[in-house]
Amino acid sequence: MDKATVIELRHITKRFGKVVANRDVSMDVKRGEILSVLGENGCGKTTLMNMLAGIYYPDEGEIIIGGEEAIIQSPKDAFRYNIGMIHQHFKLIDVFTAAENIVLGTGEGEKYDIKEAKTRISEMSEKYGFHIDLDKKIHEMSVSEKQTVEIIKVLYRGADVLILDEPTAVLTPQEIRRLFDVLRAMRQDGKSVLIITHKLNEVMEISDRVAVLRKGEHIATVNTAETNEKELADMMVGQKVSLNIDRPLPENTALRLAVEGLTLTGPEGNLVLDNVSFDAYSGEILGIAGIAGSGQRELLESIAGLHHLDSGSVTYYNPKKDKPITFFHKSFERVMELANEGMLRYADGRDFDGRDEDGKHLSRKTIKSLVEKGEIFFKDDEVINLREKTPLQIKELGVRFSFVPEDRLGMGLVGNMDIVDNMMLRSYRRGHSVFVDRKTPEDLANEIIESLQVVTPGTHTAVRKLSGGNVQKVLVGREIAAGPKVLMAAYPVRGLDINSSYLIYNLLTEQKKNGVAVIFVGEDLDVLLSLCDRIMVVAGGKVTGMVDARTAEKDEIGLLMTKTNTVTE
Amino acid sequence: MTVFLVSAISIATVLLYGCVGEIITEKAGHLNLGIPGIMCMGTAGGCLGTSLYMSVAHENPSWLLLILISLVFAFLFAAALGGVYALLTVTLRCNQNITGLAITIFGSGATDFLMSFVDRTHFDPAGKLFSSALPFAESLGDFGAIVFGHGAFVYLAIAVALVCAFVLNKTRVGLHLRAVGESPATADAAGINVTAYKYVAILIGSGIAGLGGFYYIMDYIKGSWENAGIIEAFGWLAIALVIFVLWKPHLGILGAFLFGGCYIVAFVLANVTSTQKEIIKMLPYVITIVVLIVTSIFDNKENQPPASLGLPYFREDR
Repeated sequence: MDKATVIELRHITKRFGKVVANRDVSMDVKRGEILSVLGENGCGKTTLMNMLAGIYYPDEGEIIIGGEEAIIQSPKDAFRYNIGMIHQHFKLIDVFTAAENIVLGTGEGEKYDIKEAKTRISEMSEKYGFHIDLDKKIHEMSVSEKQTVEIIKVLYRGADVLILDEPTAVLTPQEIRRLFDVLRAMRQDGKSVLIITHKLNEVMEISDRVAVLRKGEHIATVNTAETNEKELADMMVGQKVSLNIDRPLPENTALRLAVEGLTLTGPEGNLVLDNVSFDAYSGEILGIAGIAGSGQRELLESIAGLHHLDSGSVTYYNPKKDKPITFFHKSFERVMELANEGMLRYADGRDFDGRDEDGKHLSRKTIKSLVEKGEIFFKDDEVINLREKTPLQIKELGVRFSFVPEDRLGMGLVGNMDIVDNMMLRSYRRGHSVFVDRKTPEDLANEIIESLQVVTPGTHTAVRKLSGGNVQKVLVGREIAAGPKVLMAAYPVRGLDINSSYLIYNLLTEQKKNGVAVIFVGEDLDVLLSLCDRIMVVAGGKVTGMVDARTAEKDEIGLLMTKTNTVTE
Repeated sequence: MTVFLVSAISIATVLLYGCVGEIITEKAGHLNLGIPGIMCMGTAGGCLGTSLYMSVAHENPSWLLLILISLVFAFLFAAALGGVYALLTVTLRCNQNITGLAITIFGSGATDFLMSFVDRTHFDPAGKLFSSALPFAESLGDFGAIVFGHGAFVYLAIAVALVCAFVLNKTRVGLHLRAVGESPATADAAGINVTAYKYVAILIGSGIAGLGGFYYIMDYIKGSWENAGIIEAFGWLAIALVIFVLWKPHLGILGAFLFGGCYIVAFVLANVTSTQKEIIKMLPYVITIVVLIVTSIFDNKENQPPASLGLPYFREDR
């Protein structure tokens, strides 16, 4: 490698509050190379690149460009050093054409001549092999076309160093191949290309060198030709750290939730869930591991009834065999539905179908009193199909789900409401009075504050004023208090300190012991390996493996997490 | 019929100023519900300018000077109130709807207050000067009356709308302004001074809107002043018109004529009861609602309001 160095990072450190995002990172970028920046979520790869692009400014260390220290404080500064970054979320204006987006903000003081600009863009497109209709509006474009516009936008501003943040995440295999061709053409032209990624197969295919980051530190930069996927995965995930989390063996497991062939198209038109199937059992914790954005969020939301699925089924097995049916969790209509399906019987074993011996319909009143007296029983476990049901319908069917979403203050709690009111979000439908019952939720709020050691001035403090950990405790506390049969938690310890995290782990284990089917989406592999019973690994919306958490190795999961089938030959 | 068309054009002119002003503001991502109040304020400013000039030159007022001075006054007063709106919504990031409503309430009240100080003795001759048409208009009969029989402000309104359409769609400034209204974060990343664009758009938009109110008082009703209520009503109609013409200033010319016609037809038609009159006056709003329904059914991206309309922009929020 005798190519010239264009950028040198020296001892870069970046902190966000107490969290160190990058610690003493030193690496270099050469002219005419494709460099992959590889690492797990939260390893600081995007933060590091954002410092080159002028989004963040390093706390310590320096960036050397052309032998001199470069001060990059804004994207504009970055362009002065000919660095351009293509972010994961495109910065394009929907109602503008490709050409308008590309020239936006350039050529101040010159005559506005879109025709001339288009000629220049076309020449550039030809050179690197872009296929783009410059008069097409952004909102009519596919993700891949939008990405192309972003790349041209950066090149049009004269960038010699291009940084792409996970460019293949939303592309189809054919589109990835085309992108890689373009990147190779740019390398040929002497440009430097940096790709932030966690897909090992792509790293191996496209890059000349790989810089591996782990937990904010630069582990090594290796020549792609001299390494392999296994070695990279090892560097990426590091050594297994054993955590002291109590993990009893699952007892009395029974099938609780069966997910079959779940497929969901995302807003960008790509598949965010691709034929996902798995079972969750009562009394066990099922972990879901994967790089962030591999479909975990959509999977939980789909089960909770928040998405229109393309195909697939979600089936809930309610352990009701030989138990009396009650109106507590079932509506009258649901009771009649079950009766018609032949799911119910009298105490003495005769079928109950809502009719008397002569086949005449029983009156509503008679049926109500039979159910209220507890004389009607389930013949077998109740099988409930949840596909195409809204969260409210799911609740009315008597399915006891609890969901701790990733977005606490967006989906889980209402920030401006106090703790009591947030408790009421789950209970406001109880009772028949026009006035809501505020006493019970108030008691519940106090109970949660006490048992989970929530630090708050009182039950009437707006939730948004609490710290992240306390917000999470309120949310988890409420969801557990609902007495779920299935508890889904997405990144429940994100942003929490060690003590709060352990409190949450113990709560989840407690639920598991109580026979709840717990589904835990996590990002820290050490936690997943010490907390869960089984771990399902997802990558790019697909299930790439199901492993036993007690015996699985970290690098094994690391490989599964990065195993995407978008291999380009 | 001639009376109807001439009146419709006059009302259309009032609405067109308000509409173009609001379009410019909305293109910068600011829904300015203060436009009715700002139009009132423009009226007060213009009337003050007229009164000042006429008291100096009451012997022999120059048509051009009168127009220029009152135009500048109307523009500046309206822009000043627009500046308050801009300060509150751009710099202090207040809620645009609430700020706008407050500006409207303040603007109409302040106008009534200011007008009580304005010397209105010269309004009658001034009004005649304002509405003086091209000399050959009379010789062309009805056609002349409809097409050439108006005061300068009518033709200025059309020119402003056309220039505005040209700037928005054909120039770099327009491209940047639209970018700011669609996605300020994108514009900011592209090196466009978002705050400056917003301020300038709001100030110019407000100033233009202010001319509408002044035109109504000084030209259409020849300086007879009662209160700001009628101008405020035109302001709301102008905001509805913005939606009706789908944020396109050149369509605003036609839309304003249609709205003006709907407004005036109630007064021109004989044999209508006052109830029927009020129903006819409601038509523009009904049409606007229908347009809203139709555009949301077809969900055509081109005919939507600017994507960031009403949203404050924090640079740190990226």
